[in-house]
Amino acid sequence: MSKQKPKVAFYWCASCGGCEEAVVDLAEDILKVVEAVDIVFWPVALDFKKSDVEAMEDGSIAVSFINGAVRLSEQEEMVKLLRQKSQLVVAFGSCSHLGGIPGLGNFWNKESIFRRAYETTPSTDNPDKTVPLEQTEVDGKVLTLPKFYDTVYALHQVIDVDYYLPGCAPPKDLIMNAVGAILEGKLPPRGSVLSPNKSLCDDCDRNDSKPEKLSITEIKRPWEVIIDAEKCFLAQGIICMGPATRTGCGERCIEANMPCRGCFGPTDQVFDQGAKFLSAIASILDTDDEKEIEKLVDSIDDPAGTFYRFSLPASILRRKRMETIQ
Amino acid sequence: MTHENFEPKLVGFLCTWCSYTGADLAGTARMDYAPNMRVIRVMCSGRVDPQFVLKAFKEGADGVLISGCHPGDCHYQEGNYKALRRHRLLSKLLEQLGIEKERFRLEWVSAAEGAKFQKVCNEFTEEIRNMGPLNLNGGIHEQAKA
Repeated sequence: MSKQKPKVAFYWCASCGGCEEAVVDLAEDILKVVEAVDIVFWPVALDFKKSDVEAMEDGSIAVSFINGAVRLSEQEEMVKLLRQKSQLVVAFGSCSHLGGIPGLGNFWNKESIFRRAYETTPSTDNPDKTVPLEQTEVDGKVLTLPKFYDTVYALHQVIDVDYYLPGCAPPKDLIMNAVGAILEGKLPPRGSVLSPNKSLCDDCDRNDSKPEKLSITEIKRPWEVIIDAEKCFLAQGIICMGPATRTGCGERCIEANMPCRGCFGPTDQVFDQGAKFLSAIASILDTDDEKEIEKLVDSIDDPAGTFYRFSLPASILRRKRMETIQ
Repeated sequence: MTHENFEPKLVGFLCTWCSYTGADLAGTARMDYAPNMRVIRVMCSGRVDPQFVLKAFKEGADGVLISGCHPGDCHYQEGNYKALRRHRLLSKLLEQLGIEKERFRLEWVSAAEGAKFQKVCNEFTEEIRNMGPLNLNGGIHEQAKA
């Protein structure tokens, strides 16, 4: 090889595998990527070991794409290692960007999650109450498992992150744009989210159907009604995170006639996506009467889980107050 | 856990037209009240972004008060109704995050109600004193960066 190609690593932490799928979904475009770079680490697809990464020189990987939130000590160790070896780290997908769906674990802690998973689910048969331990002795040998943290972290809460590729999972065009920008060295300022900085409503096809003054008299959940496929979801009384969510996703959910759930996170101007959406939805509840307001608020099931569906670890409070967890 | 030496830290967002003027009246009339409230003047209770409330709790407040004009009296017509809707919804969300609804209060205090402001501050302080500190960040910083 005459000219050395830039080295690229992929890694996954607490995630579902959908982000790996998004890379594979690049289809023939992945050939362009492979042509331009050397993949030096990708546990889901290629047989490299941690020791291979440890043997690399610091900063020798051009870019590491890391998906998934950080929930285990092993994940913390691996992302710190990759940070040390990489010039750029890109948080890939909602979970590493904001904490994502695994971040909803921040309504609980280790103890309550273990109790549920290993004792109280209806399908659990575990009379000895065996739970995974960090150290176990078997035949005089000590076996170890990573530490399970009480709190789920977004990637930037554990290591410095250079760029964020949002989405659950990030769409193909944003991935290819990001890869292109990195290869050509045409990157925006460090810390940028690689998607347009405006709200989803700005791009939404249904924006024209939005009445001049939005007002909600009744909250409906998607399964309770037949959803009009042309009309703004909020105008139909269905909670849609569009106003508090960054655009760039290609409106995949909207086109499938489902409201936005907020996986792209907030725009740059917002610290806390859930609080900002709460502010918006409270503003359009169409009543000034205290009793009516309370009734409407009651009808919003699980506001914290809905408004922070993808962003609880990256929110201002980050998790449920520890001492109140049963 | 005893709360013997616990002095609650309270943050109050007061609208400039009614509640802040009411608080001012309590001061000029030399009414005594608990000194625990840190007052932040805002143009309207409807200006209080829920992010402000979360930030106050995050930064160590044990209780947060929003105070505005009585219903119907808002200088901007509707702001206090917005505050009311946000308060009810945010209370519900805070409870899900383990912050009791008693720690987040909404009160209507007019410019003439210095005595009511005095009463609200005293009551709120005592209530939070009995509840104890919020101790929000215990447990978050278990690992290295953070």
